Amino acid sequence: MVVEQQGGANTAAPQQIDTNVLGDNIITASLDKIVNWSRSRSMWPMTFGLACCAIEMMATGAARYDLDRFGVLFRASPRQADVMIIAGTVTYKMLPVIQVLYEQMPEPKYVVAMGACASSGGIFDTYSVVQGIDEALPVDVYIPGCPPRPEGLLYALIQLQEKIMREKNSFGAAIGVGEVVPG
Amino acid sequence: MSQAVVAKLKQEFPAAVVGIVEHRGEITVTVNKDDIVAVCTYLKDSAGYNFLCDLCGVDYLGTEPRFMVVYNLYNIESKERLRVKAAVSEDDCCIDTVSGVWSTANWPERECWDMFGIVFNDHPDLRRILMPADWEGYPLRKDYPLQGPDREPYQGRLS
Amino acid sequence: MATKKTMTINMGPQHPSTHGVLQLVLELDGETVVKAVPHVGFLHRGVEKLAENRSYHRALPLTDRLDYLAPMSNNLGYVLAVEKLLGITDEIPQRAKVVRVMMTEITRIKSHLVWLATHALDIGAMTVFLYCFRERELIMDMYEKISGARMTSNYFRVGGLSEDLPAGFEQDVKAFIDAMPGHLETYEGLLTGNKIWQKRTRNIGYISAEDAIDIGLTGPALRASGVDWDLRRDNPYSGYEEYDFKVITREGGDTFDRYTARLDEMRESCKIIQQCLDKLEDGPILADTPAVCLPPKKDVLNSIEGLIHHFKIVTDGFKPEPGEIYQGIEAPKGELGFYMVSDGSANPYRMKIRPPSFVNLQALPQMIEGTMIADVVALIGTLDIVLGEIDR
Repeated sequence: MVVEQQGGANTAAPQQIDTNVLGDNIITASLDKIVNWSRSRSMWPMTFGLACCAIEMMATGAARYDLDRFGVLFRASPRQADVMIIAGTVTYKMLPVIQVLYEQMPEPKYVVAMGACASSGGIFDTYSVVQGIDEALPVDVYIPGCPPRPEGLLYALIQLQEKIMREKNSFGAAIGVGEVVPG
Repeated sequence: MSQAVVAKLKQEFPAAVVGIVEHRGEITVTVNKDDIVAVCTYLKDSAGYNFLCDLCGVDYLGTEPRFMVVYNLYNIESKERLRVKAAVSEDDCCIDTVSGVWSTANWPERECWDMFGIVFNDHPDLRRILMPADWEGYPLRKDYPLQGPDREPYQGRLS
Repeated sequence: MATKKTMTINMGPQHPSTHGVLQLVLELDGETVVKAVPHVGFLHRGVEKLAENRSYHRALPLTDRLDYLAPMSNNLGYVLAVEKLLGITDEIPQRAKVVRVMMTEITRIKSHLVWLATHALDIGAMTVFLYCFRERELIMDMYEKISGARMTSNYFRVGGLSEDLPAGFEQDVKAFIDAMPGHLETYEGLLTGNKIWQKRTRNIGYISAEDAIDIGLTGPALRASGVDWDLRRDNPYSGYEEYDFKVITREGGDTFDRYTARLDEMRESCKIIQQCLDKLEDGPILADTPAVCLPPKKDVLNSIEGLIHHFKIVTDGFKPEPGEIYQGIEAPKGELGFYMVSDGSANPYRMKIRPPSFVNLQALPQMIEGTMIADVVALIGTLDIVLGEIDR
């Protein structure tokens, strides 16, 4: 369908716009891809800053390295979150709290270990520090650095997005048929 | 001026003061642990040391008495510092609390109990503060391993 | 049968407004808080014990991570303490002292910006959070130019600085402090006269001067209650006696006074930084103590003596005389103290850190009692605590 636009004050002559660019407006994709695409483009992390990495996470969410343009919105309650970014050192005193919070998150859920302390204990090889959160939780992406730069955190979130896009049977799991097969 | 204060302190409590050391411009007075509350009250009321900066323990493993409880004091008016130490032995591992003199002492004494196992008599709320409540052992003692009792010690060189 | 009138709720370690992993167990009578018990220790990493196993040079990066909002301030406290232990405080060159003061005051602004951002965010003013973090990014750029890292800088060394200032750095600092007063006016315009801000902060969390001294409060929170005490002026270190600045005090002792006091402190910091820029002259950046300081890199790479010297200091370290000292500095949050005991070996025998937030947090229960639950977040924000320092 071709539409004639009436010239306004700024146009020289009426322009012609082609509104049939997408053909008959049918897009084909697999259901799994649509589910993966919608999940990965709106990851909502739980505000779980523990230590110094939390400040870099806040800086990533602030104006210069904006996280909102990736669809990332920080939610305080674990019931409304689907990513848990463990930013900071995990101690044995905090570990039961983390496990309870992880269990409170609804499926599908992902864990990002941000920084050296969450990945492996960091420089704190001591009596009270858990040497890596993967002793207790399944981690999807590890980010090295002490603290990692905001670009590092952004790259990790993009990697997580690609990991989610590679999952199979997401639609099936969503309607109750089978489990998600990680990509 | 701290020297004048210390001289007066020695006059007031001749039996309590065990040693006086001056190092890098700072004076450290070692007292008997039984007189610690009396000494601290005197220093706060009569000598003007109304601020307790820090209270901590040090583990001198191998010497007897084993622990030292260290009080770093400050006089806000005259801007002077003074350090008071009291030796605590391992067998009789307790000392009176000074949280009646300065309320500041409350949490640092809990931390000293948590890290060293030094009991503070009459403390209002003596329980672990930095470690989990059911932790066994006193981490900052010299014979407690750095990696904790149930992990392999680090094989490389840390320093 | 006794009926319980109060409800106990847990403001747990994971909470957007607790500024870290702080647990507050609150007993509520309706909306009023009857009792508050803070639980800390969820971030206890064993820094003090770790420092006992490392040489003095290698324990320096651990101090960055204490008060992670003001890393260079912690570095300064540690470095001054070790220099006092060694007895080389008078040999630090002038250029190193001026750069130390300049970077510490920039760090003070950095820490107060985060305080304002999170305090305002908790009370509801989200715009201030984004504005403050925008300014903070400029400071982090400066940190990165000078030390390589945005946050955990590890820039000072025992004896001076690790590296000289990069080219063009002074222009960056000048541009920053010229723009800063304008930004502070923006924040004041958004908050100070704002009715909501006034209602949320006036007469909340009053603490008198005597109570504050008794409970051990230090820093801007103590000065806002009327006590005129600032370690930079009273026990000066690193050349602070040569600078002209006002010590900001207020009479009220409530949250609003602490807020205005910290904003004015940021202005005073800008003045001190300007004086530093004027005082900056060429000169050495490390003290002339070969037993302690690393030799310059061109000597290390071009002569065998430099290489051996570097090797010995990195592997063996230096051994101060046995003794003990206490060094306190005016960190952005209060008095940061390092009590160090040396037994003559290359590792510190005992390094006790006196964190300002640890002692300041003791004042929280008595400030909270009687206020409403919505004021709890305002009070945690006004005390300006950081859990990395409390738990070490």
